[in-house]
Amino acid sequence: MTDYIPNTAKDQESMLKAIGKKSIDELFSDIPEKVRLKKPLNLPQGLSEPELLEELSALSKKNELASTFLGAGSYNHFIPSVVKHIVSRSEFYTAYTPYQAEASQGILQAIYEYQSMICELTGMDAANASMYDGATAIAEAAFLACRATGRKEIVVSSAVHPEYRSVLKTYAKGAGLNVKEAPFSKNQATLDLATLDIGRATGNNNLACVILQQPNFFGSIEDVRSLAEKIHAAGALFIVCADPISLGLLKAPGDYGADIVVGEGQSLGNPRSFGGPGLGIFAVKKPLLRQIPGRVVGQTTDADGKRAFCLTLQTREQHIRRERATSNICSNEALAALAATVYLSVMGKQGLRKVAELCLQKADYLKRKLKDKVVFKGPTFKEFVIKTNKKVGVGLEQFYPELKNCRLICVTELTSKKVMDGLVKDLGRSH
Amino acid sequence: MGKQEPLIFEKSRPGRAAYSLPDLDVPLQSVKDLIPKELLRDNLNLPELSEIDVVRHFTHLSEKNLGVDSAFYPLGSCTMKYNPKVSEEIAKLPHFTEIHPYQAEDEISGILELLYNFEQYLCAIFGYEAFTFQPAAGAHGELTALLMIKAYHENKSKVSGPRSKVIIPDSSHGTNPASVALVGYETVVVKSNSRGNIDIEALKEVVGDDTAALMLTNPNTLGLFDEHILEVADIVHKAGGLLYYDGANANATLGICRPADLGFDVAHFNLHKTFSTPHGCGGPGSGPVGVNKKLEPFLPVPRVIKQTTNYNLQSTNYNQSIGRVHSFYGNINVIVKAYAYIRSLGAEGLKKVSENAVLNANYMMKRLRDDYFLKYDRTCQHEFVISAKWQKEKYGVRALDIAKRLLDYGFHPPTIYFPLIVEEALMIEPTETESRETLDAFCDAMISIARECETNPDLVKNAPHTMSVKRVNEGKAARELNLRWSQG
Repeated sequence: MTDYIPNTAKDQESMLKAIGKKSIDELFSDIPEKVRLKKPLNLPQGLSEPELLEELSALSKKNELASTFLGAGSYNHFIPSVVKHIVSRSEFYTAYTPYQAEASQGILQAIYEYQSMICELTGMDAANASMYDGATAIAEAAFLACRATGRKEIVVSSAVHPEYRSVLKTYAKGAGLNVKEAPFSKNQATLDLATLDIGRATGNNNLACVILQQPNFFGSIEDVRSLAEKIHAAGALFIVCADPISLGLLKAPGDYGADIVVGEGQSLGNPRSFGGPGLGIFAVKKPLLRQIPGRVVGQTTDADGKRAFCLTLQTREQHIRRERATSNICSNEALAALAATVYLSVMGKQGLRKVAELCLQKADYLKRKLKDKVVFKGPTFKEFVIKTNKKVGVGLEQFYPELKNCRLICVTELTSKKVMDGLVKDLGRSH
Repeated sequence: MGKQEPLIFEKSRPGRAAYSLPDLDVPLQSVKDLIPKELLRDNLNLPELSEIDVVRHFTHLSEKNLGVDSAFYPLGSCTMKYNPKVSEEIAKLPHFTEIHPYQAEDEISGILELLYNFEQYLCAIFGYEAFTFQPAAGAHGELTALLMIKAYHENKSKVSGPRSKVIIPDSSHGTNPASVALVGYETVVVKSNSRGNIDIEALKEVVGDDTAALMLTNPNTLGLFDEHILEVADIVHKAGGLLYYDGANANATLGICRPADLGFDVAHFNLHKTFSTPHGCGGPGSGPVGVNKKLEPFLPVPRVIKQTTNYNLQSTNYNQSIGRVHSFYGNINVIVKAYAYIRSLGAEGLKKVSENAVLNANYMMKRLRDDYFLKYDRTCQHEFVISAKWQKEKYGVRALDIAKRLLDYGFHPPTIYFPLIVEEALMIEPTETESRETLDAFCDAMISIARECETNPDLVKNAPHTMSVKRVNEGKAARELNLRWSQG
């Protein structure tokens, strides 16, 4: 057994004496006797450190390392060593939320830099210090849109990640908001503009927002030209859920009219870890700035007039505004945001573009090789859908029953030509 | 610590690079042939630095940050205990980090077994039937639980009529009312009595057939165990409401009592508090929610199920589930650390945790009570709340000033101005991982500051004097919003 408790029995005795108690038991006398536990908790015997390492290492090895071509919201992008070293510094990982600014200038400045980088990538004016993940960021964005417009209807493309839509629906049901799903075209797997007659989709003037993913769940690049105008004409907000890696290459959503940009930031320096922790990216245009949920860092000065940073706009938050807060979020994913900041610093202007180009070029190579199996037409980024009986990538039938034997294939900068050629050969052999 | 660190953008020099990536190994296509050029960006203003520049920048920033490894961190209600190094090492094992949420079940039996066991452990520790691990934080757990409570009442509403009110004591965490608002319920505040318990008469007045639930932290945010908890539970249950346990303060209860036995139908726990996973400057955390039989059908899906020797993820057969609250399965890597912690300590170790956490808090309270006002004079649990009321009235020194002055003494300050029912509150939670010498050193500093308030109040009011920056102007940050760097 290991317990990390420094005080000895002798220390305890002298401390009990100092407070005038005879036993530790006496400290718990306010707890009704009948609910005090009489037996030890039913748990396996505690372990020493070497025993623990052995047991957990053996347990971990019952997992197989993820095979190539799996994506669908959890991606295998390269994590530079620098990122792992910086986030392993205990000044960062053992610190609390930076409420005491003078003792937290390090993380506050890093988060300010994170916000700046996210704004740069997304074309937005302000970003928060993070949400839990891409899914909850979408739900919070929809809530924001409903608050800002005073409306209750949310339209989401059915080509948005199925789990994100599922979380959105859970949140919306609780809050009494309506979610409508807009179909994707059978040809391109992108939002069907013909069916997205915004007036008809809602039947009234209650539309708060339209939510798109770019590239979407199928990897397809949505044609977003002129979409913002239509949405804005209906008095609604345009929410884009973007893959941050793709933004090394693709136009910033702010430049095609998005009002809120959210996304899953795991790709930016965070391991997949069976899907969590993630990093919820959340950024807005200026008119929505005071509606933003969660923590935000601002630049200011100290008593000597030197540059300093602190949490700001705190009157939006739960610990001040309570039931009138813009969100209930308190703990966020700060360390994952730090990883993203270091990642984007290492990659920099040229590196992020190069990662995005490698993904695009390699994925396109494999797509061309598998041409006869590719299901949807049109441009894609790092994922695309094929039809096959082989268990490769992520099966789509579990989310879209109509997509029988359709599988989502993901290629990143880490997928070699050799591995791709192996898959081509393998799939060629089937039927 | 003293030197200012420029922004990373200010250190950028065109053409520098820190990245290292493989060359393209497939025939190059023109990007414009693959993506319409109107959808491509033409500029990306990320910084350009060499690797050593990046490393020095973030190392300098880390030196301006205070963690538990550097200093005593007695933040009330935050449980800033030591984070075992071995847990970090285990969580970084490649077979935990390099696994994908959509791998076939037979490839991930290790993590499924871990999740299944972890659920059993939490059920044993807190008395519940089942847990969900999807919530990524305490507040997320609150929201999840309230969604289940709402689903439960809606399911019963044909018999009992709609319920819309959630009762919350005036000592509650701010996340409680904020979470209530998110599910469209209304908050009703019930006051605390002179012993810091819920005022039973006041509770009887507000409870009724519109009561959906009562949310309670116990021990509460005053660090006091509500002595009438069984009566409180009885009143709420008789009215048809449910009891919700905010497990932020569970570090006082391990092996001592279980919230399910106290009558709480549903509870969230903070793995980043009670189970020693690091706070990471504010996250990632994990806020699992435990439920009794009444609420089990409403748990989020998927759930981990054991079938003889196999472990499965199941979503079907749960048609009353509220659905998902997080993508995939929650903050799994945090759960790995908490699992390692429970396996290290076992039942015996966990009980020692609470015993020592409570002893440490009472010892500190005793040492500080002559120099700081103590509003509720009772045996405390894992934390206690003193006040700078005397210092404010006599010398114009506030809790905020005392907090900042503690930084000069090398300590992270306690939580301040919370709970709201104690003016100039200083909420102190030592945790069990601190030695008597550390507690004494902190109390000596607090007493020394109390003397400084008498002899040199300006020294305290202008603190800190030794950090990388002087007192930070938060008012200016809000008035002159600057939330991002921009060129020029």
